[in-house]
Amino acid sequence: MTSTPPVVQVRDLQKSYGNVEAVRGVSFSIAAGETFALLGPNGAGKSTTIEILEGYRDRTGGEVSVLGVDPQRGGRDWKARLGIVLQTSGENGNVTVTEQLRHFAGFYPNPRDVDEVIDATGLREKATSRISKLSGGQRRRVDVALGVIGRPELLFLDEPTTGFDPEARHQFWDLIRGLKAEGTTILLTTHYLDEAAQLAGRAGIIVGGQLISSGLINEIGGADARVPVVRWRDVNGLVREERTNQPARVVAELAQSANGAEPEDLEVIRPSLEDVYLSLVHSYEVAGQVPADSREAAEGRPGVTVVRDEGAASADLGQPDTSRLSETDVRA
Amino acid sequence: MSATMTSTRSQKSDPGTLALGLSRIGYETRLYFRSPDTLFFTFLFPFIMLGIFTTAFSTSGNIGTNPDGTGGVSVGAYYLPGMLAAGMLLSGVQNLAVDIAGEKSDGTLKRLGGTPLSPLSYFLGKIGQVFVTAILQAGLLLLVARFVLDIALPAEPEKWATFAWVFVFGVITSAFLGIALSAVPRSGKSATAVVTPVVLVLQFISGVYLQFTALPDWMQNVASIFPLKWMAQGMRSVFLPDSFAAAEQSGSWDLAWVAAALCIWLVVGLILSRVTFRWIRRDA
Repeated sequence: MTSTPPVVQVRDLQKSYGNVEAVRGVSFSIAAGETFALLGPNGAGKSTTIEILEGYRDRTGGEVSVLGVDPQRGGRDWKARLGIVLQTSGENGNVTVTEQLRHFAGFYPNPRDVDEVIDATGLREKATSRISKLSGGQRRRVDVALGVIGRPELLFLDEPTTGFDPEARHQFWDLIRGLKAEGTTILLTTHYLDEAAQLAGRAGIIVGGQLISSGLINEIGGADARVPVVRWRDVNGLVREERTNQPARVVAELAQSANGAEPEDLEVIRPSLEDVYLSLVHSYEVAGQVPADSREAAEGRPGVTVVRDEGAASADLGQPDTSRLSETDVRA
Repeated sequence: MSATMTSTRSQKSDPGTLALGLSRIGYETRLYFRSPDTLFFTFLFPFIMLGIFTTAFSTSGNIGTNPDGTGGVSVGAYYLPGMLAAGMLLSGVQNLAVDIAGEKSDGTLKRLGGTPLSPLSYFLGKIGQVFVTAILQAGLLLLVARFVLDIALPAEPEKWATFAWVFVFGVITSAFLGIALSAVPRSGKSATAVVTPVVLVLQFISGVYLQFTALPDWMQNVASIFPLKWMAQGMRSVFLPDSFAAAEQSGSWDLAWVAAALCIWLVVGLILSRVTFRWIRRDA
């Protein structure tokens, strides 16, 4: 893995529009064959970052290399190695699925077989329908089909399953697993944290134009963010919580102090990726800004958990969870 | 599999820009005929106007008849050159300005910009589509004129040679001006509202719907700045008897001026297209 250069290398990426700094020093890298998820709230800078990598936007500062090429200078040879699934598609679609795929396949030197792609994206029944007649989810599959028709080495998926029903989402995941098995490198943005957990090996979280955390999907946020929570309802009917690395002991103590009476609504909760994500984003928003020195730390290295500022961003992660549970009646 | 993939990739050559341009022409032409709006307001519009004029003025007798009763032409024959010129303008300017503005705002261009398709192939496709549809339109107009409206068409080869160059220059010029004008509308939705009035006003002041020589001098002079007046004049020289030349602004067909005006607008259109068109908006 270390012998081949990364497919995507981003160092201290910056982008401003006038006075607005949309991306403020983002660094990460994606190794060949890896699936990397870029997560973050709307307006955090995800799309700006991905569009810079795709060559749609010029950066203001920093270094970017995609398949060994600076996207600002990427020519047609370079584009032939990319697959891009954009966030929105609103083409009038007076063309059938097969016609569109056949036409786009002609742009690439070594495209996939059109019928194969139609089958893989579950569009067989709609192959001769005009794209304008398809549902939103079906149109999204066409977008994905167009993204992979050129047999890309690197595939960008910008919120690919928005508007999918659960079954369609699972089929889509299978399709992406197939591409991964073939060695395609994938950069994914999504608002569905379970999707990121299903597909990606590593993830980075962007908030306010900065990468506040990145690492392996099951380690992101660090051990502190994954401390289990014991929750129960006390004799006064108040919901109580305790964050602890020894949930069994807390439960045993609870039972003991209640003289054997069963505590009501007792749960031991292990934070999901979504919980970790929300608490990271929340602590960032509370703390305001990640100090500049954490930017260097944000360099992603495969297999290594990194990149969490020990100061402002995650200061309260070890404290009783005040983020998403603060709405409930917590007396911890 | 990925290993074999990459090795075969490097050996294959890129699909040619020209071959892709031809493929784009087929694709674009198909889309043109599948769009009801375009079909009606661009392709069929000259037919409809010609039908309305011939019906409305059917009782008013011939136009341009000499005192001795010779030399006149029917209303249909009189309006035919103007409708051919209007068809060229619509096929190029209206069609492409609305089409490309729509592609800009609905994400088509962005998607294409992310593929290895060359912008040159894209433009070959657009201009080729304009040519294919304009030729079909002009051919059908001539057939309708000849066989439905019973209008005698010129027999002299020189007239058809004039027709050919006025048509080719006019269509290319219109296509470039359409590409240039597509930069003006702020959105695909407003494109029709921005483009149609421009095209309509030009048709009224350039002698397509109204007899050019009946317009006030200042309006004739304004129209002379724009290319449609010259396309219509070139077409009149082909399809109207030479006796009508006397009614032109300078008393003759002025074909040299027609050629000069179209050349200038061709260059202007080319430059404006080049300057205003963004294949990918790098910084939206």
